[in-house]
This record gives sequence, C-alpha cells and structure tokens, in this order.
Amino acid sequence: MSDFLPTSIQLSYLVASCLFILGLKELGSPATARRGNLLAAIGMLIAIVATLLDQKVLNYSMILVGILIGSLIGTVMAQKVEMTAMPQMVGLLNGFGGAASSLVAVGEFWRLLGTSETPSIDITITIILSVLIGGVTLTGSLLAFAKLQGLISGSPVTFSLQQPFNISLLLGFLIGSAYLVAHPHDVPVFLALTGVSLVLGVLFVLPIGGADTPVVISLLNSFSGLAASAAGFVLTNNMLIISGALVGASGIILTQIMCKAMNRSITNVLFSAFGSSTTTGTGSSNTSQLDKTVRSIDSEEGAMMLGYARSVVIVPGYGMAVAQAQHAVRELADQLERMGVDVKYAIHPVAGRMPGHMNVLLAEANVPYPQLHDMEDINPEFERTDVALVIGANDVVNPAARHDTTSPIYGMPILEVDKARNTIVIKRGMSAGFSGVENELFYKDKTMMLFGGAKEMVAQLVSGVKQL
Amino acid sequence: MTEGLIAGLVVFVLASFIGFEIINKIPPTLHTPLMSGSNAISGIAVVGALLVSGARDWNLTVALGLLAVVLATINVVGGFLVTDRMLQMFKKKEVKA
Repeated sequence: MSDFLPTSIQLSYLVASCLFILGLKELGSPATARRGNLLAAIGMLIAIVATLLDQKVLNYSMILVGILIGSLIGTVMAQKVEMTAMPQMVGLLNGFGGAASSLVAVGEFWRLLGTSETPSIDITITIILSVLIGGVTLTGSLLAFAKLQGLISGSPVTFSLQQPFNISLLLGFLIGSAYLVAHPHDVPVFLALTGVSLVLGVLFVLPIGGADTPVVISLLNSFSGLAASAAGFVLTNNMLIISGALVGASGIILTQIMCKAMNRSITNVLFSAFGSSTTTGTGSSNTSQLDKTVRSIDSEEGAMMLGYARSVVIVPGYGMAVAQAQHAVRELADQLERMGVDVKYAIHPVAGRMPGHMNVLLAEANVPYPQLHDMEDINPEFERTDVALVIGANDVVNPAARHDTTSPIYGMPILEVDKARNTIVIKRGMSAGFSGVENELFYKDKTMMLFGGAKEMVAQLVSGVKQL
Repeated sequence: MTEGLIAGLVVFVLASFIGFEIINKIPPTLHTPLMSGSNAISGIAVVGALLVSGARDWNLTVALGLLAVVLATINVVGGFLVTDRMLQMFKKKEVKA
C-alpha cells in the first residue's frame, strides 16, 4: 500500500499529459478551440494538485501563497492586455516560464550541494542544460518584450566582432560545463555558467530587428518548452518532458511558418540584422521611383468606387491594428454587404505581429471568421475582384517580391492586390514598410492612394458609402 | 543512472513527434491562440518548482523554488486566461455567422 500514493501521482501525470495532447488537438478548429484550452488548463490543475500530494512537498502555506500571488498577477495581466499587444504578452509570459525552469535547476544544484553525495554526470549535464535554455529564454524574451513594447529601440544592434564574441562566449560555456561535470560542487563555475546563459540570451536577441522579433518570440516559446523538458530530465519527471516536447514542437513549427511567409531562412532571421542593411541597399532605387506619379483620391471618390463594386477584398495590415481601426473596418464591410457588395478579407500569414494575429484582431471586432481568407485561397480571386482595399499593409502587397530580384523581399509570398481591377491603399504617407523597402504598388496606374490615418479614413469611407 | 536518461529521451522524442503531428494540422487562423496556449503549457515547469520548493527547512533551494512557483504560475494562469479571452471572441462570431 505504500506505493499507492506515488503510483497515483504518476497516473495523474499521465492523465495530465493526455489532456495536454487532446487540448492541443482541439485547438485545431475554431469550434472546439475553447474547450481544448479548457482541457489543457484542467490537465495543468491535475498536475499541480498531484504534485502537491507528493511526500517531498511539505510547506504548503508558502507554496499556496506563491500560487496565489502568481495567479493574481497572471489574471490581471490576461485581463488588461490589449489584443494588439499579444506578441509582447506571449514574450513576457515566456520569459517567466524560462526563468522558472532555470530557477528549478539552480535550486536543484544547491540542494545537491547540501548533500554529501556527488551528483552523477547525467544529472550535472541536465542541470547545466536547463540553466542554459532557461537563462537564454528569460533574458531573450525580456529583451524581445522591451523591443516590441517600444521600451527600447526596435532596430537591430550590432557591434564589430559580434559573431566571434558570441562564439567564444559559447565555447567558454562549453568548457565551463565540462569542468563542472568533472567537479560538480564548484560553485563559482556554476554561477559563471548561469551568468553566461543570461548574457547569451541578450546577445541572441540584440541583433534582431523589430520586424523579426515575433519570429524570435516564437522560437523562444519553443525554447521555454525545451527548458521545461530539461527540467523534467533534471527531476526525472516524464510529464515535464512530454509537455515540454509538445511546446517545443509547436514553437518550432510556428517559427518555420513565419520564416516561410517572409521567404527567409531561420539563420537569415537570426544572424543577418535585416532592416538595417537593406535600407541603405534600396536607397539608390528610391530616387529612380520618385519621379513616378502617384494617384491620390479623397474618401468620397473611394466610397463611390467601393459602393458600386461587385466584389471587394479588404487587406488589413498592422497599420490598421495600430490605429485600432478594426471596428470601423467591420462597419464599412457591413455597410457594403448591405448594399449587395461581396466582401472578403485577405489575411497574409505574417499580417500583424505574429501568425494569426490579424485573425484575432478582426475576431475582436466581431468579423465572422468564414469571411477571413488565407493567402492561398484568395490570391486566385484577385483577378475577379473589383476593388482591393489595402489598409495599413505594405510589404505583404509589394509586387516587387514577384519580379525584382534585387529587392530584399524578392520571393516573399504576397497578396496579389495589383491583379484586382482597382486598388485603394489607405496610408499615412509614402514611407517605406517594415522591411525598409519602397513599394512599387503605389505607383501603378490602377492604384489610388487615400492618404490619412486608417481610422479616420475608414470612418469617412463608411459615411461616404452610407450617402450613396 | 543512465537508464533514466535514456527512458527520458525516448519519451521526449516520441512526444515531439506527437507535437509535430498535431500542430501541423492547426489552421493559420488559430496560430496566435495556439502560441499563447502552448506557452501556458510550458508553464508546466511549475510542477518542478513545487517539487524543489517543497522541503520543510528554509534554505536557498526553497527560496529559489518559491520564486519559480510565482513566475511559473503567472505563466500558466496568464497564458490560459488570455488564450480563453481570444478564443471567446472567435466563438461569439460563430453564433452570429
């Protein structure tokens, strides 16, 4: 009977792992997604309660206080956050997760220090790995958060000999690790390793530009999963390993999707400091395009074009989200539909600041999700579309990606709005997009520019359409 | 001692395959909730934190463990709640549509 408790704890862990897998599976469809999230949350609750029953866990009061504080902060954060700020939120939470994994490993190291037994090689290795991944996740996520939140400049930071410096730091970490494996009780070396992990996280994110930061957050999300797995190896806990592996896989897949949507390899994103070098690279072509003509219209004309069109495809970009224009856009779409216009939304995979971000923002404005179309679905339809309305999107509609081999965005999959009969672009001015590339769409004959803030312009279009 | 490591690796690799299989099928519409949801799951480190901070005597390990409990709980609770907030909006529309 003495095995009863440990066995039931292990079985609860198994149940929790299954709930995580089922939960992720249910997240695959909008209809079941909410239940999926709930299943995963129940799995987490089971795991936590089961752990509290463990005989090693004795000081309940302190732990409950800790859980209470954490739940309180987490609840407030989840309620307060703006939907536009989701990438930062994920980044910050991610950093906390990484910190926790790292602290578990450091704590375990200290516990082993107190005992006379010499930890075996694999325990030391897993502790080091856990500290490394957790530390990188912590500082990397916090820096990415600061960049996205605008606390510090989003532009890439590079310095001379950056790569050699990083590599030597990593080498130093490996040497230190080898030393620690041989001398598992050496505290200064362990502390140095912890410090180096934290520094590596900062160095990892510093050279990455604001536009690429979401990719990094997704990658760090994967890391935080691996960190949890590593903590699982430290404590020989299968459930930690399983859940960590699930998260690690999801983070890597999302990172791949983002890189593919931007037509860049992951190494290119991480090491090329995109955005700083390219702006200078396109400087020469800017001047040649300046003498091309831009056709600008006012909102009444725009409303007329939209109102008398048969089909309209709305292409929302991050500019629309920043201006909080999604509700006005929905209103415009409703108004047009009432007049018999067929309205669809075209969503680029990296519209917004992370994959699926734009879908969330439009969902917030009560846009029915069957109206949202992926790039592959909508691109063949542009030829039959009367008006494509581009709101605050830039790089993702730049036709240069198709034919201009010198453009830094060449090869990136785009929404082919230039194939529509007419294109209206709502934009503040003629400034270049996130990538720093001039957009030739704006100079096409079929393109009308509607200069102004997204929110005001869409509101004017709404009233214009109403008067038709 | 290495058997534990090998058994762990087996579990890790198999779970990774399951993760890849499930997540590849999730449509782009739900990628943001997926990211925040899986992020909440990575807060499972809270279990490790609980085990480490469970000792009765007050020492550095327990202190670090408790800090980890707080941080991981923020990760878990914040992650699941914000995911639910997002998915709620998706659901509302379905009634409308």
